[in-house]
Amino acid sequence: MQLRSVTKTFGGVAANVDISFDVMQGEILGLIGPNGAGKTSLFNSISGEVSPDKGTIHLEGQQINGTGPLACARAGVARTFQVVRSFDSMTVLENVMVGAFSRTARPREAMRAAQDVLAFAGLDARADAPAHQLTPPEKRRLEIARALATQPRVLLLDEMLTGLTPTEAAGGVALIRAVRDKGITVVMVEHVMEVLLPLVDRAVVLNLGRVLMQGTPAEVVRNPDVIRAYLGDKYAA
Amino acid sequence: MSVSVLDPGVAAPADNAILRRRRRELLLGALLLVPLGALPFLVSDVYTQNLIITTVLFAGLSQAWNILGGYCGQISLGHALYMGIGAYVSTMLFTRAGVPPTVGMFAAAAVAGAVALLVGWPCFRLSGHYYAIATVVVGEIGYLLFLNWEWVGAASGIYIPLGADSVVNLQFRTSKLPFHFVVLAFAAVAWVAAWLIEGSRWGFAWRAVRDDVTAARSLAVRVFPSKMAAAAISGGLTGMGGAIYAQYVGYIDPDSVLAGHWSILIALPAVLGGVGTLWGPLLGAAVLIPVSELTRSYLGGSGQGVDLMIYGGLIVVVALARPAGLVSLFGVKGRA
Repeated sequence: MQLRSVTKTFGGVAANVDISFDVMQGEILGLIGPNGAGKTSLFNSISGEVSPDKGTIHLEGQQINGTGPLACARAGVARTFQVVRSFDSMTVLENVMVGAFSRTARPREAMRAAQDVLAFAGLDARADAPAHQLTPPEKRRLEIARALATQPRVLLLDEMLTGLTPTEAAGGVALIRAVRDKGITVVMVEHVMEVLLPLVDRAVVLNLGRVLMQGTPAEVVRNPDVIRAYLGDKYAA
Repeated sequence: MSVSVLDPGVAAPADNAILRRRRRELLLGALLLVPLGALPFLVSDVYTQNLIITTVLFAGLSQAWNILGGYCGQISLGHALYMGIGAYVSTMLFTRAGVPPTVGMFAAAAVAGAVALLVGWPCFRLSGHYYAIATVVVGEIGYLLFLNWEWVGAASGIYIPLGADSVVNLQFRTSKLPFHFVVLAFAAVAWVAAWLIEGSRWGFAWRAVRDDVTAARSLAVRVFPSKMAAAAISGGLTGMGGAIYAQYVGYIDPDSVLAGHWSILIALPAVLGGVGTLWGPLLGAAVLIPVSELTRSYLGGSGQGVDLMIYGGLIVVVALARPAGLVSLFGVKGRA
C-alpha cells in the first residue's frame, strides 16, 4: 500500500499534511505519535470514511482514496475502531456474519466462514453470546474477527491494545501476529510503546499531522525528534 | 496473493443456536396457524369475531412496519400513507376498472412499495429523529392530497359496491368469517417475509445499519440501498394490508385509511410487543387491539382519544417494566 502526499484538513485544522509512506505486504506497521498527531484521521482516509483533500492512496496498484468505505472494504481494507463498535442486538456469530456477507450472499457460507474466523480469533466459545455481554478484550477480538471476515488484504487496528491488562494485551499481540502469519498486512495505531515496538516490523511516527520519521523500532527510539515530540525538548539529548 | 483466513470449503455450518432458533420459530409459526385459524369459530358473536379479524390484520400491518422500523431501525411514522395508497389503488381498480381485489392487492403492494421508495429517496438522507419527523410530514401531505383529490372521491371517499359473495372479489355478504382467513394469510405472509429476511444477507445488513452505521459501512454494507429495500418491502406489505382493509370495511375515505393516527396504530403493536422481533407485532396486536376496542365500546361516545390514552399508558408501563417489549417475557431477546 502506498500513501502519497495525503492531506486532510477539517475546517482550519490540518489533520494530515503531505503524508507519504509505503506499507510492505505482510508486515506489521506501527503508526505512532502523540495525541492529535492525525493517526485516526489517516485511518479514516485509508478506510474511505473520509476523502483526503490531496494525495493518493493505492492498494496493490488500485487507487482507493476517495472511493468511499464500501469500495475500500471491497478492495481489501478492513478496520477496527478506537471506541469499539459492536452490533449489540446481535450475537457474536451474527456480528461476524455481517462481515462475511461482504464476500458471499449465501447465509450458510457466511455462517461457516464466520465460525472459522471466530475459532481463529479464539472467540468460538462465545459465538452465541449477545455482543453486548462481551468483556472489553473480547469485544476487541470481535472487532478483529468481524474485520477478518471481510477477507482483507490490509487490517487497520486503532488502539486495539489500549486499556488492556498486560495479560490481555499479550493475547492481543499473539492474535495480531497470527493475522500477519496469514499474509495479511497490519497497520496499527497504538499509544502503548512498550507493547507496540516489539511487535511491529517498522513504525511511522506522526507529529502535528506530518510524518516525523519512519524506520525500525530501534531507529525510532533513538531518534531525537521522536523523543522531543513525546517528552519535550528537555529530554532530547 | 491469497490472504484469506477462511476455509473456502462449502461444508454445512455446524449446527448452532442461530439455525436451531430459526427452525424452532418456523415450527412455532406453523403450529400457531391452527389455533389462530380456529379462533373466530370458537366464539359466536359477530363483535368478537370482528375483534379477532382486526387484531390479526394489525398483527400483519405491524409486522410490515417492523420490517423497516424494527429490523432496519428506521422509525417511520408515516405508514398510513402506504396503507391508504394500497386501499385506494385496489378500490379504484375494483370500482372503476372491475379488477378483482385479489389481483388489485398486488397492484396496491407494488404502488405502495414504489411510493415508499420515492419517500425514502429524500428522507433516508436524514437519520434518527429527523427521519421520523420527515415521515410524519410526508404522511400528512399524502392525507391532504387525497382529501382534495376529486377523482378519488376527495373528502367523501369511495363506497365499494357490495356484490354477490365472491372469493375473488373478497366480498362476503353473509358472514365476515371468510375475511379471517384473508387477514390470517396476510399476517402469515408478513411474518414469513420477516422470517426470511432475518436469515438472509439483507436482514444482517439491515440490523447492522440499525445498530451502528459506521461499523456497517466499514464491513461493505450498502447503507442507503439497505434502507430503500427495507422501505419498499415494508411499504408494499402495508399497501397490501390496506387493500384488504378497504375490502373488509367496504368504504374508504382519507380519514379512514390515511389519517395520521393510523401511522401510530400500525407502529404501536410492534413497539409494545418488541421491535425487530418476529413475535413482537402479533403479541402487541393481541394486547393492544382488544384493549382499544373494549375501551372504545365501554366508553362509548366519550371520544376517540381515550383508547389512545390507554395505549399510551400501556406503552409507558411496558417501557418501564419491559423495555425490550412483551416478547422478553418469553425469553426472546429484543433489540433494546
